[in-house]
Amino acid sequence: MALNVQAYFMRHAQTLVGSLGRLAREPFASFMTMAVIAIALALPLSLDLILQNALGATSAWHDAFELSVYLERSASSARAEAIAKELQQRNDVAAVRLVTAAQALAEFREYSGFGEALDALTENPLPNTLVVTPSIGASTPERMGALKTAIGAIANVSSVQLDTEWVKRLVALLDLLRSVVRLAGGLLCIGVLLIVGNTIRLEILNRRAEIEVMKLVGATNRFARRPFLWTGTWYGLGGGLLAVGLVELGAATLAGPVARLASLYGSAFRLAGLDWQTAGGAVLAAALLGWLGSWVAATRHIRAINPS
Amino acid sequence: MIRFDAVYKRYATGCEALAGVSFHVQRGEFVFLTGPSGAGKSSVLKLIALIERPSRGQVFIGSQNTAGIKARAIPQFRRQVGVVFQDHKLLHDRPVADNVALPLIIAGVPRREIDKRMRAALDQVGLLGKEKSRPLELSTGEQQRVGIARAIVAKPPLLIADEPTGNLDPELALEIVRLFKRLNDVGVTVLIATHDVHLIDHFKSRRIVLGGGHVAAESAP
Repeated sequence: MALNVQAYFMRHAQTLVGSLGRLAREPFASFMTMAVIAIALALPLSLDLILQNALGATSAWHDAFELSVYLERSASSARAEAIAKELQQRNDVAAVRLVTAAQALAEFREYSGFGEALDALTENPLPNTLVVTPSIGASTPERMGALKTAIGAIANVSSVQLDTEWVKRLVALLDLLRSVVRLAGGLLCIGVLLIVGNTIRLEILNRRAEIEVMKLVGATNRFARRPFLWTGTWYGLGGGLLAVGLVELGAATLAGPVARLASLYGSAFRLAGLDWQTAGGAVLAAALLGWLGSWVAATRHIRAINPS
Repeated sequence: MIRFDAVYKRYATGCEALAGVSFHVQRGEFVFLTGPSGAGKSSVLKLIALIERPSRGQVFIGSQNTAGIKARAIPQFRRQVGVVFQDHKLLHDRPVADNVALPLIIAGVPRREIDKRMRAALDQVGLLGKEKSRPLELSTGEQQRVGIARAIVAKPPLLIADEPTGNLDPELALEIVRLFKRLNDVGVTVLIATHDVHLIDHFKSRRIVLGGGHVAAESAP
């Protein structure tokens, strides 16, 4: 029995090396097949990379929720400072910044381009504003809602604006993108199965005579199938490695432009490449897909070949 | 060893190759299966190797009724029957050594054992030293002997050959049949299908003559 097990692994090792040798003998054709697989896999991989980067970027924004507190126009600057001090005492508030009506008007004049129209106004239409940053512990939607209600109840506060709508929309958009990545990934995995299956089918037809001879001297379907399973696995493995290489190359090419764009927005965001778990998982999944594709094709077509 | 019981074989094309063939080959016999082209010689061999199944009647190999052998069990069955083909059916992209060792590799024989037995088989057909050659570098007669080495390497109790001398000149043909004779001397049952009457006349062996899908004549050694 021990001898049989040893012989079994020996034969596997032989077909493993043998199938590799066969691929090496036709490097161009093998490379083409692997390249097709690589391109099919690179698409969902790069989409996933974009998604992961977007998630990383927005999680940084989650901490940056702010409440805009508009005071009544009748409230004086002194009253505004008093409210700011009061808010500062709360443990769910990290920081309070006072934007006085005069500062707000100056900013508006500078950025809006309505400078001359504003000169026509006899008095400042803008109120004093407090920009409140909640503490990290209070950054959940519920606690921020509570904070908003509490601030709204303070005398002289006209209204409180919590600008979370766009974040919600962004999160929904990212969820959609995640679904797209999964869908594209699923479809392209089926594509890889079909590519490998078809390549293996053609190889089996090419080696029909050889398979017939093997069956004539007593080979089982499993025995005849084994080298094709290895070939398929090599295709998948090669395609997976190439795909990871392609995505990393793409990420490295885009890293410079992305960093420049981010710095123009005053952000320290940097494009991250694939982490090794994702890369390793992708290569492994590709090898598995190659094995599965060849298994389906080889099982079907080798059974159909019989000596005559 | 081989028993045909009123065997009929009709192919999908409608051609009736065998129409009630019955004969019996004892263990250890050396038998020529002969008759003109189209007499059904190849059909008989295909039924023995389970490449085809009878339309009617029964074929026994060893003590086994082949009708009871399911598709899954065919590979195991074929390992018990050595087959030599007219066109050799060698793998041209593999060296002689791999071709001869193929049945042993398939049967899962340990590697050291394979090497030993492959060399022994090549020695028996007089081709020791040609292990590394490719089949196409050899002459037709040598290729046929590689085919024979492959058929005997797993030491099957039964050896069948379909026109093994078909492409050989008379001198080489005689040599090949003598080789089969030597294998028979060590106990292998041998059935050779051939239409070469002159060749058969050199040997005092039993003949089964097929004609028109029947056993037309039988002669004792």
